[in-house]
Amino acid sequence: MGIRRTVQIIAGAATALAVLPQAAFAAVATAEAPVAEATAAAVTAAASGGYVPMKPTPGKGMPVEGGIWFQDQFSPIGDYGLWMHDALLMPLITVISLFVLLLLLWVMVRYRRGKNPVASKTSHNTLIEVIWTGLPVLILLGIAVPSIDLLAKQYESAPKDALTVKVNGYQWYWGYEYPDNGGFEVISNMLPEEKAIANGEPSHLAVDNRMVVPVGVPIRIQTMGMDVIHSFAVPSLWFKLDAVPGRLNEKVLFIKEPGVYYGQCSELCGVRHGYMPIAVEALPKDKFEAWVLAQGGELKSADKPAAVTPAAAAAPAAGATDAAPAEATAPAGEEPAAAAPTA
Amino acid sequence: MATTATPESLPVHDDHAHHAHDDHGAPPFFQRWFMSTNHKDIGTLYLIFAIMAGIIGGGVSGIMRAELAAPGIQYLGWWTTFLGGDGANFDETLHLWNVLISAHGLIMVFFMVMPALIGGFGNWFVPIMIGAPDMAFPRMNNISFWLTFFAFCSLMISAFVPGGTGNGAGTGWTVYAPLSTSGSPGPAVDFAIFALHLAGAASIMGAINFITTIFNMRAPGMTLHKMPLFVWSVLVTAFLLLLALPVLAAAITMLITDRNFGTTFFDPAGGGDPILYQHLFWFFGHPEVYIMILPGFGIVSQIVSTFSRKPVFGYLGMAYAMVAIGVVGFIVWAHHMYTVGLSVNEKMYFTAATMVIAVPTGIKIFSWIATMWGGSLEFKSPMWWALGFIFLFTVGGVTGVVLANGGIDDNLHDTYYVVAHFHYVLSLGAVTALFAGWWYWFPKMFGRMHSEFLAKLQFVVFFIGVNTLFFPMHFLGMQGMPRRYPDYTPAFELWNKIATDGYMIMSVSILIFFVNVFYSLVAGKKAAPNYWGEGATTLEWTLTSPPPFHQFETLPVIDDKAAH
Repeated sequence: MGIRRTVQIIAGAATALAVLPQAAFAAVATAEAPVAEATAAAVTAAASGGYVPMKPTPGKGMPVEGGIWFQDQFSPIGDYGLWMHDALLMPLITVISLFVLLLLLWVMVRYRRGKNPVASKTSHNTLIEVIWTGLPVLILLGIAVPSIDLLAKQYESAPKDALTVKVNGYQWYWGYEYPDNGGFEVISNMLPEEKAIANGEPSHLAVDNRMVVPVGVPIRIQTMGMDVIHSFAVPSLWFKLDAVPGRLNEKVLFIKEPGVYYGQCSELCGVRHGYMPIAVEALPKDKFEAWVLAQGGELKSADKPAAVTPAAAAAPAAGATDAAPAEATAPAGEEPAAAAPTA
Repeated sequence: MATTATPESLPVHDDHAHHAHDDHGAPPFFQRWFMSTNHKDIGTLYLIFAIMAGIIGGGVSGIMRAELAAPGIQYLGWWTTFLGGDGANFDETLHLWNVLISAHGLIMVFFMVMPALIGGFGNWFVPIMIGAPDMAFPRMNNISFWLTFFAFCSLMISAFVPGGTGNGAGTGWTVYAPLSTSGSPGPAVDFAIFALHLAGAASIMGAINFITTIFNMRAPGMTLHKMPLFVWSVLVTAFLLLLALPVLAAAITMLITDRNFGTTFFDPAGGGDPILYQHLFWFFGHPEVYIMILPGFGIVSQIVSTFSRKPVFGYLGMAYAMVAIGVVGFIVWAHHMYTVGLSVNEKMYFTAATMVIAVPTGIKIFSWIATMWGGSLEFKSPMWWALGFIFLFTVGGVTGVVLANGGIDDNLHDTYYVVAHFHYVLSLGAVTALFAGWWYWFPKMFGRMHSEFLAKLQFVVFFIGVNTLFFPMHFLGMQGMPRRYPDYTPAFELWNKIATDGYMIMSVSILIFFVNVFYSLVAGKKAAPNYWGEGATTLEWTLTSPPPFHQFETLPVIDDKAAH
């Protein structure tokens, strides 16, 4: 079973390699326009009714059994990052490692004492030293160009009217605050193993209340640590941002398709560090709005772009491209409204 | 190599040596081993100490691997009770996990790799290789060792005093604030910090000693550019220690005052910043990883040259590549902090600067291969280990190039991919170099030949074991498994199980190591002065095995034709 899975994954990786940069750039380009058409069909009249947590698709947004590669990516940045790894870095490091291995094997066979009893006394060759200094420099330059570009893309700020979700890291659970929707905070704790399995969700990753966000639009994620440093990380969205006390870190999240995407706290934060998973549920806009209403929140007047942005969203100076993650000293000692860690 | 040095001003020390004729031998036991001022004895003490610490640090990782073999918490409760805690308290067992990962890191870095490579081999062979009778400051050398010893005691004490939810410091070896300040009440973290202070002071003194020795006590004709590469590697390492450790000392002193005296260096409530601690820590921490690997580079250079019967290819390039690695190592620290919220410019700079390190590292790899090229290779046990080092270090190095990219690191940061990367360069790199050096010099140090068969068998088992142990961690990391987790979702089980199998294979190799050591000490053949033959040209091979208690009472003179 494990082996078949492994073969599948290798095959998948090979296809990923075959799809060259164009695809990745195309994917990044589509990010500019919301992919509403694809999801509109999924919207049903039941939107106005109660919110029912989405069933996760097996293998999507979560690790797969025996997997040896990155999780499938569902964000443009993820596509770009995965492309850079699969098409550029991975082939390169494989070739370099094999090259060194072959050279080692070659000298071991060719210059063993039995074959070559008298050693040469050569100890310098300026040309070859220049080559093995210069060539790596060129290779690294080749890596640096897309790498810097990827960084620049990751730091593009969210549009002014983007939805803001403030992610608060607590010992040992997450709080998701929606300042644009009335400022309610969803407290998210890990589900006990039996409950997760009963729900058809992976254990250790399933939570009671997910971070629900709209699909196909840029979302402004702001993270902050409420006690110690935590890190908000979702592997299938190529997203990781530390939640640091006293700092407001910011980064754009764009999810391409509806789904449940799991992650885990990724900075050692104390005893239950391993038990504060993250589940992001991306929903079409109207379903998201229904969820907001069900939480007792209010809808943002998104139809009017000229509208004054809510106070909390206005904090980071939009348009300051050179310092994308806005850092601001937070009101110290901010207490979670209502929160109780799991037993 | 052409050289301009002419040893005309040879200082005459012969009369001095005659004076000391009556106290020629070793002093009595207590004086010799507890008040030692002899660099070889102190080196031996460091090696014994490092082996002991390695058993503890490696044993800790055994508990960790056992726990990680399957999802759920299986063994931590038992160990919590065993160590005097309450194993029924789930949070306390989880705290023990954090204590274990912290202890494993701190022990292996500060009390195994550094004492073995620098304190052990550095003390033993730097003075001999430059033709000096001893270190420049023999008593300070003694203080360095005993401070390291008491530092280790302090770290061990910390595991048995309250550290918040349970006993011990559960902060990770990085001791990040505020988890290490407001997040960890109780004296355990203070003891751990005190351990770092003592170990740091010991290392700074050691560094001063090495720098002074190498700059002032080289034998006539032993110019800097004729020094064996191992001496170069220790010289560069000593400078890194001297410049990096005071920064660590400052950072952890601020932790102490934040914890105990109401300062708020790292507390935003008082105007401080937790990220400041990370900058200070990694300004030390990144050079620290080169401190651990550079002496290994030096050892491998000596071994490759010896068993190829060729001088090292591109000697100057090799020496200055190490200097370059040392210099660049100081300006790349924030690549450990890509996700803390750096600005885009910072992240771009650190991405570019980090990748630069691949260049001098590549020079070293290629120069080792070029040294063997055209050589007459003899595959004695140290050569097996050195060849293994070159390959494993390459694998660990190239994953470093992947992680250097800030945009890629966004996904891999703090996952098992990082764990795999740094174990490939340290556990498989530095430790492989350690074993290479051990079997290269063991007969020289202890006067008895080891079993070549067992040393090679140990290598084969070790090679299979560590690769089975650490290679799957790349897969786990790419799939998203975070580090420092005692438990995981079942999808991660397969590779965790295999990694644990790898640990068991690796531990068999350690068993073979001890069998070989005991066999050699008891039944090994007496070692000749130069048991590796023609290719071994450095000064330690001109002495008996083991060397006399005081060597070079008449300084050796390095003539113009002497190779390094």
